[in-house]
Amino acid sequence: MHKIVRKEQLNPEICLVEAEAKDIALAAEAGQFVILRIDETGERFPLTLYDWDTEKGTVTVVCQAVGVSTKKLCAMAEGEAILDIAGPLGHAAKTKNIGKVICIGGGVGTAEAYPIAKAMQASGNDVTVIIGSRSKDLLICEEDIKKFCDKVHITTDDGSYGKKGFVTDVLKELLEDGSYDLVFAIGPVIMMKMVSGMTKKYSVKTLVSLNSIMIDGTGMCGGCRVRYDEKPHFACVDGPEFDGHLVDFDDLMHRGDRYKDKEKMADDHYEGECKIGLDKKK
Amino acid sequence: MEKMREQDPKERIKNFNEVPYGYNEEEAVREASRCLQCPTAPCITGCPVSIDIPGFINAIKEKRFKESITILKDTNNLPAMCGRVCPQEDQCEKVCVLEKAGNPINIGALERFAADWAMENNISGHEADISSPEKDEKVAVVGAGPAGLTCAGELAKKGYAVTVFEGLHKPGGVLTYGIPEFRLPKEIVMSEVDGIERLGVELKLNYIIGKIKTIDGLRKDGYKAFFICTGAGLPSFMGIPGENLNGVYSANEFLTRVNLMKAYKFPEYDTPINVGRKVAVIGAGNVAMDSARSALRLGAEKVMIVYRRTEVEMPARIDEIHHAEQEGIEFHLLTTPIEIIGDDKGDIKKMICLKNELGEPDSSGRKRPVPIEGSEFEMEMDTVICAIGNGPNPLLLDTIDGLKLGKWGNIEADDDGYTNIEDIFAGGDIVTGSATVIAAMGAGKQASIAIEKYLQAR
Repeated sequence: MHKIVRKEQLNPEICLVEAEAKDIALAAEAGQFVILRIDETGERFPLTLYDWDTEKGTVTVVCQAVGVSTKKLCAMAEGEAILDIAGPLGHAAKTKNIGKVICIGGGVGTAEAYPIAKAMQASGNDVTVIIGSRSKDLLICEEDIKKFCDKVHITTDDGSYGKKGFVTDVLKELLEDGSYDLVFAIGPVIMMKMVSGMTKKYSVKTLVSLNSIMIDGTGMCGGCRVRYDEKPHFACVDGPEFDGHLVDFDDLMHRGDRYKDKEKMADDHYEGECKIGLDKKK
Repeated sequence: MEKMREQDPKERIKNFNEVPYGYNEEEAVREASRCLQCPTAPCITGCPVSIDIPGFINAIKEKRFKESITILKDTNNLPAMCGRVCPQEDQCEKVCVLEKAGNPINIGALERFAADWAMENNISGHEADISSPEKDEKVAVVGAGPAGLTCAGELAKKGYAVTVFEGLHKPGGVLTYGIPEFRLPKEIVMSEVDGIERLGVELKLNYIIGKIKTIDGLRKDGYKAFFICTGAGLPSFMGIPGENLNGVYSANEFLTRVNLMKAYKFPEYDTPINVGRKVAVIGAGNVAMDSARSALRLGAEKVMIVYRRTEVEMPARIDEIHHAEQEGIEFHLLTTPIEIIGDDKGDIKKMICLKNELGEPDSSGRKRPVPIEGSEFEMEMDTVICAIGNGPNPLLLDTIDGLKLGKWGNIEADDDGYTNIEDIFAGGDIVTGSATVIAAMGAGKQASIAIEKYLQAR
């Protein structure tokens, strides 16, 4: 059991959860993820580590409430305990000796870009960050990122904050004006696809971090496989970082949708139970 | 042979309850009374963990059930599981003197009876539960499957402080994530694991060695010997076009969703599974039968086993093939898939296959399937489950400097469990590749002996 020591609502959909997991904190590196299971009937699902504190013995994740599992996590309060956390999993991001880097975070992916950008900056690289969201109230992690990085660009789809448009609009300007050694992008699959498509034209190496559907996270089930360089790869053990120019994003999108109907059913079931629970409380 | 009563096939394909009911007392005593109590006891040599088979059977015959479980547990820490999933027909029952007359003792059913009786009566069967270890040396077992649990239990009995590290959130390995409820109820697995814990073994779940800690890290924590039994945890696919389509599962994923995550109780449990109307399972081992029979219970209308050789070469237990046939699983033999075709949404539509004929025996001694030219044909389906085996998972092995691996990436270890590194021992599927539960248990037992020898000689 992993007691939640801090819980913050970052925006109406996204929450931050810090929970006790001493041994994971001691082993964690930027770019790695954990697999959580909230309760006995819960799914196993992966979340990238946002932060970890070796002294307090805690790990922090940022989670967007989109399905049953993420809703369950976001509904938890400080003092409650998560049943299972396993990790750290996946390869750590390579953050040393890169040079000039652009780190891009879209939506909840901003929280996943944060530890990587921070580690890259700490290793002495020249880091520019682009973060984007649909609108101002949905933007996350801005302050945390500005603490270590002074080149932060913000975009919103509706123009309510920062530049109106997509992260790729800013990326295009940056790539036109300067030369970069690496672009690192984490966010919705469509965003990573657009970014990779753009950087290919400018011949800039691009890494993306893939968050496929997983069960064990150790290579045992093969459910997270992605078509990469024409061959199947496992996001959990071969990744989560992949060269964006070699990922088959369309395949990834198809595979991400494969439980859409069931996810809706599970969600309805969960929402139904919640309502029954509320009735009981009354 | 006294047959076990079974759930009717028409009924059982609608539920996940266990298929055979197990003997009642009367049936068990009647079957035990048939045992000739041969002084040479060939059955004992047929058993990978050398259970005193005539001994426990004689105790059942004389209705000394408590003694029968004590005799079993003396050599076998997991009798309720072995009674159910061991291939007795290839082991103890094969060499039973009565086999020559075509009617061996049903040793598996008797073992199951004794173990279930003990469980119902809350008797551990161990000579004495050991709550705190008497020896100082700590031993780390990596993997809580049949090999690891056996090794841990044996070492605990000898007084060592043993910790078993398991990556998943439940112990049991393949017994928990792989073998379905209708063949091995999870309650029974947990009860047997509980028996191991009562011997003083510490279990650490969600603890992935190689990631959260390395073997070197465990050495620093004071562990003096290591038993690596992480199983065959990397699923193989066929390497044909279309395998990334939605609806193509590895058997590992399919069974893990069903068994470990309880997708058959969706949406009460959150983990979903897609079965569709028509399902093809590629392969014909026990895992293939388990997948096929699970798919049927999940509501598939038509389930097909697709296998490249003939029934003679099928690696599954005869009992499992028989159960699958009874339940209406179709067998498409001498058939090799060459491509899976999808629709524009990325879902499966059909599979293109070739017909084979059998050629000369290959390195496994089985006749090689040879495709017949121009024999392409199509099969329609919604779901494909690949049950063609597993390779070794490199996640832990990559982090151990200097550990000698074989050609396929398996750990090189001898029959006693010794590897090329003196404090590291290994056994089970990570050494042999996909094999049986009892073979893994045998390896765990051998390794416990080797580990004790090593620790005593230090």
